[in-house]
Amino acid sequence: MTAQHSPLHPMTYSTRGADPATAPAFLAPLDQVGAGLPGSGLSWLTDLRAAGRERFVAVGLPTIKNESWRYTNLRDLAKIGFRPASPAAATIDLLPTVRAEGQDGPRLVFVDGRFRADLSSIEGLPPGVELLSIAAALTSHTDLLADHIGRLAVADDRPLVALNSAYLADGPVLHVPAGIQVERPIELVFVSVGSEAQATSCHPRSLLIAEAGSKAVVVEHHVGRGAGTTLSNHVTEVFVGEGATLHHYKSQREGGGAIHLSHIAATVATGGCYDNFILTTGAKLSRNEVVSRLDGTDARTHVSGGYLVRSTQHADTTTLIVHAKPNGTSREVYKGVIGDTARAVFQGKITVCPDAQKTDGYQLNRALLLSDGAEIDSKPELEIHADDVKCSHGCTAGELDDDALFYLRARGIDRDTAQGLLIGAFLSESLEEIAEESIRDAFQGIVAGWLEEQK
Amino acid sequence: MIEIKNLHATVDGKEILKGVDLTIRPGEVHAIMGPNGAGKSTLSYVLAGRDGYEVTDGSVTYYGKDLLAMEPEERAAEGVFLAFQYPVEIPGVGNTTFLKTAINAIRKYRGEKELDAMQFLKLIREKTKALGMSDEMLKRAVNVGFSGGEKKRNETLQMAVLEPKFAILDETDSGLDIDALKIVAEGVNALRSPERSMLVITHYQRLLDYIVPDHVHVLAAGRIVKSGDKELALELEKNGYRDFGVSEAA
Repeated sequence: MTAQHSPLHPMTYSTRGADPATAPAFLAPLDQVGAGLPGSGLSWLTDLRAAGRERFVAVGLPTIKNESWRYTNLRDLAKIGFRPASPAAATIDLLPTVRAEGQDGPRLVFVDGRFRADLSSIEGLPPGVELLSIAAALTSHTDLLADHIGRLAVADDRPLVALNSAYLADGPVLHVPAGIQVERPIELVFVSVGSEAQATSCHPRSLLIAEAGSKAVVVEHHVGRGAGTTLSNHVTEVFVGEGATLHHYKSQREGGGAIHLSHIAATVATGGCYDNFILTTGAKLSRNEVVSRLDGTDARTHVSGGYLVRSTQHADTTTLIVHAKPNGTSREVYKGVIGDTARAVFQGKITVCPDAQKTDGYQLNRALLLSDGAEIDSKPELEIHADDVKCSHGCTAGELDDDALFYLRARGIDRDTAQGLLIGAFLSESLEEIAEESIRDAFQGIVAGWLEEQK
Repeated sequence: MIEIKNLHATVDGKEILKGVDLTIRPGEVHAIMGPNGAGKSTLSYVLAGRDGYEVTDGSVTYYGKDLLAMEPEERAAEGVFLAFQYPVEIPGVGNTTFLKTAINAIRKYRGEKELDAMQFLKLIREKTKALGMSDEMLKRAVNVGFSGGEKKRNETLQMAVLEPKFAILDETDSGLDIDALKIVAEGVNALRSPERSMLVITHYQRLLDYIVPDHVHVLAAGRIVKSGDKELALELEKNGYRDFGVSEAA
């Protein structure tokens, strides 16, 4: 383990777009809960929290002057006055799952950011695989946490990561030791309940570690069960070891009062593969950041997904793929459907470092606009510092094909069903990126449900 | 019975149909021939209900109902079928899914029970076999990667499955070699029945050797300028459309 708790990839310090005035609204409640956070005897953790707090005090929420936040404005969040969600024992029924009826498997459930042992199960995991909450791991697995937490998700240039670190208390930990293959999907369920009387916030942290030669499939569900305004500011750190494979699928279908902010930071060692797919259908405001770094040679990453938004929803997808070493492969296929006056943002950047010769990078973002008021802001970016690479990107926005729509209607299919068929067909290109069939089917079911509501 | 009376229609503000009159009785096959730009395809789109084709005058009465007041899907459910000149490719939508959705939408409209997967499969196997189509064509996305002949066969398959009362065949012969044309024509002829009427739109007489019409009409400059029996088609083949004030190098 590292004596000093240093990030793997230090970033440049920047205060561009800082708005420190927004910080107190988010940090004041911390003074009340701060002392009660678990693990207060661990110096690395108190340091990490203090550093996060200090950084957030200095910069506050990101503003649209920050290039990476140009299209997503968080200004109004500071006015809402969030309180940390109280760890209430809300009754939760009908937990989402990708499993067939009657099938069980490992699952951790977090309600408003806090672990709920009564709803969770670790049955069916191979021996040696560890799946537990951070709150528990702070007592039983301190070295594992100290070695990993805060090493990928760096607070310097990311105010929301700083805020998450300041509040760091709970979230899931998965540790798959070297050589172990976990066949059954591991489900991580995050439920926002909140309160109708008070806007609430939580800041869960996830830690996913797949050691050399191991394999695991993680499925995340983010759902809402309340009518109040909730803020989930989630940070995930992912370590994929040599020759390991981690499939990481996420469905965000929180309720209409939800604000969902997520930062996923992954590192992939030699010959490893990090496969990420995010399906966004929920929350009034969401931002999914995915940073995947190929830090070993011959590593692969897939960063794909779909976003389906309507009404006045705003969904931001901001990805960064860093090819740091030679012979890496990255593939990114995002498809979006935007209706009414909803707005989607796609910012996809691929960086190829000078060392990363023979890189093969592919990026595609296609958006389908269902109405005149719908908007997509798309910004693909390639930054290439090596000369022997193959990188391509494509980016389109369009409407439903009138010819196809008429053809279907001329065969007796009503307009809504015809549109549904065409939207489903449009999205299938990204859903096909999901390698696991059962999960692809489950996600297709979520899309079908969305289309049904569209009628 | 289908009665088209004094039908006027514009596309992008330009008048294309300038008073079409035509009556088609059950079981009859009518052919409409005419030079390019006469309004043949416009007529077929107006009858099928395509957006962008504005009817400015006249009426179309379809078995006592006002056809022009219906949405395209209602017309289809009422038994109107347009075999497209250029069948549309729809990536991502499987041919089988498409056919099943269509047939069940129409059955539902008619108050019939929807077909389950087994019943549908049985029906579709029967029809594809008769048309010499492979199962593989059903597995592909709608018309994607189909040859010209395969596309027209797919149109004929849809017609066979949906069993329309009134089929409009828009330039069904375009893009077909003689063998493909024969197969498609056989498929169409098999669907001729005393209850089903057809409107065959074509530029060339060739198709009418295989689908023999009861009546032939010449559409020129947005109007039907001459009507007759199948001999009229042969006459046109010989003399072209010059007699109708149209000079054409075809």
